Amino acid sequence: MARVVVDVMLKSEILDPQGKAVERAADRLGYSTIASVRQGKRFELQVDGPVDDAALASIHELAESLLANTVIEDFTVRVEDN
Amino acid sequence: MSPRVGVVTFPGSLDDRDAQRAIRLAGAEPVALWHGTTDLSKVDAVVLPGGFSYGDYLRAGAIARFSPIMTSIIDAANDGMPVFGICNGFQVLCESHLLPGALTRNDHLHFICRDQKLRIENTTSAFTSGFAANQEIVIPLKNGEGSYIADERTLDELEATGRIIARYIDGNPNGSRRDIAGITNEAGNVVGLMPHPEHAVEAGFGPSLDGLTFFTSVLSRLVNT
Repeated sequence: MARVVVDVMLKSEILDPQGKAVERAADRLGYSTIASVRQGKRFELQVDGPVDDAALASIHELAESLLANTVIEDFTVRVEDN
Repeated sequence: MSPRVGVVTFPGSLDDRDAQRAIRLAGAEPVALWHGTTDLSKVDAVVLPGGFSYGDYLRAGAIARFSPIMTSIIDAANDGMPVFGICNGFQVLCESHLLPGALTRNDHLHFICRDQKLRIENTTSAFTSGFAANQEIVIPLKNGEGSYIADERTLDELEATGRIIARYIDGNPNGSRRDIAGITNEAGNVVGLMPHPEHAVEAGFGPSLDGLTFFTSVLSRLVNT
């Protein structure tokens, strides 16, 4: 079965307070070279059948309507090799 | 017969009973609506209450937006039925694209719960017509994801068309752009508000009775049409 990964990230111009909190914690732990942290979401979809253009188009539609809120988030879709 | 105002209960709704009580105190008949059906039970208006529908999974309001009842509510709202989203309900309205923009995590990351001063800046929407222009009110605020965000063009348009119904004053509690606490759609029948008017409707409970006016506003509109 093929696996398709959808990554969702807040748009760069949207403040990411969770990422900022992680960034501050990393700094406290001594990871002084970490300049910034952005936090996102990763969805792993197991897909029945071939991952052809039609399947990818339908996943793209799902990502746009449900997985991401495109007012504040960007997403990428990619097929993972087994 | 008094107008019927529906209140939707999603899994994880918290303030549905308080919203029903506010509707009753305003003089309308509250009608409980269930998320799993498309039946609006012939209501004249709908309130989407506060809480954590579907546990705020994915994004606040994102799963509720695709519940069966929302299909009917989106159609009815587009036909002009008054719809009022409070807190989580506001998030559901933004996720449904009935209102522009989005609500994101409070900029300071903390859940905030306090009495909040607001200035009412729109007195023509279905739920704010009973207020005086620039009336200042105090009602409870309680949220973790109340920071209103939209692009600059949308914010400018909301300002220019008088669609910001309420603004936070004496301090912005969550990083909302332009201190926005609530907005309405172009037609004025769909209104979203982050603070909770349903908790300020009865003497002895809450900081004021200011919240009742949101509910009496829609009642007078329904009675007059």
